[in-house]
Amino acid sequence: MTKHHQFDAIIVGGGGAGLMAALHASKTANVAVVSKLHPTRSHTGTAQGGIAAALGNMEPDSWEWHMYDTVKGGDYLVDQDAAEIMARDAIDAIIELEHMGLPFDRTPEGKIEQRRFGGHTANFGEKPVMRACKAADRTGHMILQTLYQQCIKNKVNFFNEFFVTDIVAEDNICRGVIAIEIANSEVHIFHAKAVLIASGGFGKMFKVTSNAHTLTGDPVAAVYRRGLPLEDMEFFQFHPTGIYKLGILLSEAARGEGAVFINDKGERFMERYAPTLKDLAPRDMASRYIYEEVRAGRGIGGKDYVHMDFRAETINRYKSGPGGKEVTREHLEKALPDILEFARVYMGIDPMKDPVPIQPTAHYAMGGIPTDADGKVLADNSKIVTGLYAAGECACVSVHGANRLGTNSLVDLVVFGRRGGKAMADFCKQASFAPLPATAAVDTIADFDRIRNSKGAERAAAIRADLQAMMTNYVGVFRNGPDMQKAVDGVRELKERFKNIKTDDTGSIFNTDVLETFELGCLLDLAEITAAAALRRTESRGGHAREDYQQRDDANWLNHSMAYRADGKRDVGITKCDISFDKKPVTITKFQPKERKY
Amino acid sequence: MKVHLKIKRFNPEKDSKPWWGEYDVDVEPTDRVLDALHQVKWYQDGTFNLRRSCAHGVCGSDAVRINGQNKLACKVLIQDVGANITVEPILGLPVIKDLIVDMEPFFSHYKSVMPYFVNDEPLPENGRERLQSVADRERYDQGTKCILCASCTTSCPSFWANGQYVGPAAIVQAHRFIFDTRDRAAEQRLKILNEQMGVWRCRTAFNCTNACPRDIPVTQLIGEVKRALATGEIR
Repeated sequence: MTKHHQFDAIIVGGGGAGLMAALHASKTANVAVVSKLHPTRSHTGTAQGGIAAALGNMEPDSWEWHMYDTVKGGDYLVDQDAAEIMARDAIDAIIELEHMGLPFDRTPEGKIEQRRFGGHTANFGEKPVMRACKAADRTGHMILQTLYQQCIKNKVNFFNEFFVTDIVAEDNICRGVIAIEIANSEVHIFHAKAVLIASGGFGKMFKVTSNAHTLTGDPVAAVYRRGLPLEDMEFFQFHPTGIYKLGILLSEAARGEGAVFINDKGERFMERYAPTLKDLAPRDMASRYIYEEVRAGRGIGGKDYVHMDFRAETINRYKSGPGGKEVTREHLEKALPDILEFARVYMGIDPMKDPVPIQPTAHYAMGGIPTDADGKVLADNSKIVTGLYAAGECACVSVHGANRLGTNSLVDLVVFGRRGGKAMADFCKQASFAPLPATAAVDTIADFDRIRNSKGAERAAAIRADLQAMMTNYVGVFRNGPDMQKAVDGVRELKERFKNIKTDDTGSIFNTDVLETFELGCLLDLAEITAAAALRRTESRGGHAREDYQQRDDANWLNHSMAYRADGKRDVGITKCDISFDKKPVTITKFQPKERKY
Repeated sequence: MKVHLKIKRFNPEKDSKPWWGEYDVDVEPTDRVLDALHQVKWYQDGTFNLRRSCAHGVCGSDAVRINGQNKLACKVLIQDVGANITVEPILGLPVIKDLIVDMEPFFSHYKSVMPYFVNDEPLPENGRERLQSVADRERYDQGTKCILCASCTTSCPSFWANGQYVGPAAIVQAHRFIFDTRDRAAEQRLKILNEQMGVWRCRTAFNCTNACPRDIPVTQLIGEVKRALATGEIR
């Protein structure tokens, strides 16, 4: 039995991008948000340090500087027209959030308070600038709560704990989505004029990651399985400051407040690598330099981690606080309460007394579903899929290029969630419902029947653990051809094992056994594309650092990669075809590529 | 280390009443209870179910009763609860399956207190933010930490006695807006909380404050709402 629904617009995902889109689209359209989680469980809520906008509340700032930092941070793979839109719109979007009641921290004058973040500078790279609008170190939580609250106020429709499995599109026109109601396993067909995908990231393909268990990229895989391209999948951000082994994030806001990296010799090593920004160098660089230290035998105790030291006395000794000013322990406790607690709870370390062991953690997909600056999804380098939109981490506009700057993820999701929502509302005013194919849900039903009745020998958890170890080992901070080939081959072997899965739960109520297996299939597809795209790109750029091709190669690689399934069809179960790649030009407007130094 | 887990199981498709599942798992002392529960689900019995997402105490999905106390499974380390661990669903909400409860009554109470910012006055003419002093911002800070995990409400004896009571979490959410100087709907929220199923059901048992994984002084915030009602002043 399938259930049918009809809405002007369906939004897949209840995080920041989805809720922002829902608020704007629902002003004129009949909208429903279909989300795997209750919206307040979404991963936007774990974003910590801030959201950038050139408000200039603390010191002079301009959107051009923000745009420049974004372009340079992305190692010039950023589409500059989109980066300009983001940096300009950010100011308006943050003010809009404040008007929705978001509890930002305040300056003595009562304005939104801002702090420093990695790679954000004044006057085109001159010195760090206070641009990140903040609410202690739970800025993402405040954004998610505020947007959800406003959705309640505006009576937005929600289908919570509905798992979207497929996108219904034919003849390049999107017609809706298919979802499983987790509570009872019923299949729902959502017929819509417009669909916006805002499903977030897919970092669970890595072992050490800051990402939630639920970040498996299911709708992104669905898009790919239906023959649409994914862009720049080789660019995955490793955040330098994950808690050692656990990968739980300790915000870059710590370094914004003055924290420094220290190696086994007690040296503040970032001074050597990035003389101007030092510990506030962008994430890709900081992650590489941490591992350079480890490789040189200067990891703590010779191991694979370094220390982040954010004791007030250390910050004051190095004069690394904002503007070189003295900081107090009381200030740090107030500015960074959550990450101090994470270190205390999960490591048993009080960062006010001792330095914290950190290591890079897989954090953010720069790549994803290609869109234009209004969230419209691309079917190739230029053709739009009618009625299909994407925004937030799952999308690739591309404003992050080869490496995202800290705080720009929240900027991305509010700016492009808003633009996508508005664009959808406009589209719905003039569009009619394209007919649903009679077979819309057939593949989903077959997929789930196959998994539910699978009586093989393999535990999904074991395959997932092997995938995660392989991706962390072979497609991590530093990469090389032979290792990435091992990853590509390895993922394909795992796909074979995936056919022989063992399912325990054959029931209907909250059957997360089946759902987790379906999620694993999505991760396998996305990991295969990530590894294959990385292997193909024979240069080093931003977050893609190759030992066998150490230089950036603008002559050959100043372009986006577009990954398609080679056969253009969808099959039940696991994707079995090869991946075909194409290139897409980068849009360059104001800033010509230069060597990237900080 | 070896850990013995006793988990309250219930599958309405198969079971007429709840039963105790017993499992031995091998985990690190510094692992989370959630990691131990995952060991069971992933390698022993795939039919076992719980909600979880972020796994570090922020998303609010995995509130459960661990050794009789409401906790987030991802925020309690094995070394802090020992080698024998009992895990049950939180109390006072209908069990759907195993550790998963129906959160709908909880969210419906939450929605009943107008948990959203209201201010229809004209926006600042300069197109910028509404101003708020540091002290005024600080006044409602505690309530903004709430992650809606339901640990407080499902530890409250008044809520156990009567599920119509809005419960501590909803009052914390109301408090967050009542004491925000930018908001204009405090009167309406206070009126709602003055009703029979509102704030006066609180008997100051302090269970909520002890249960909160975000260290919100829940009982104190409820007291401040009571005081605002009693004195007619919001301070």
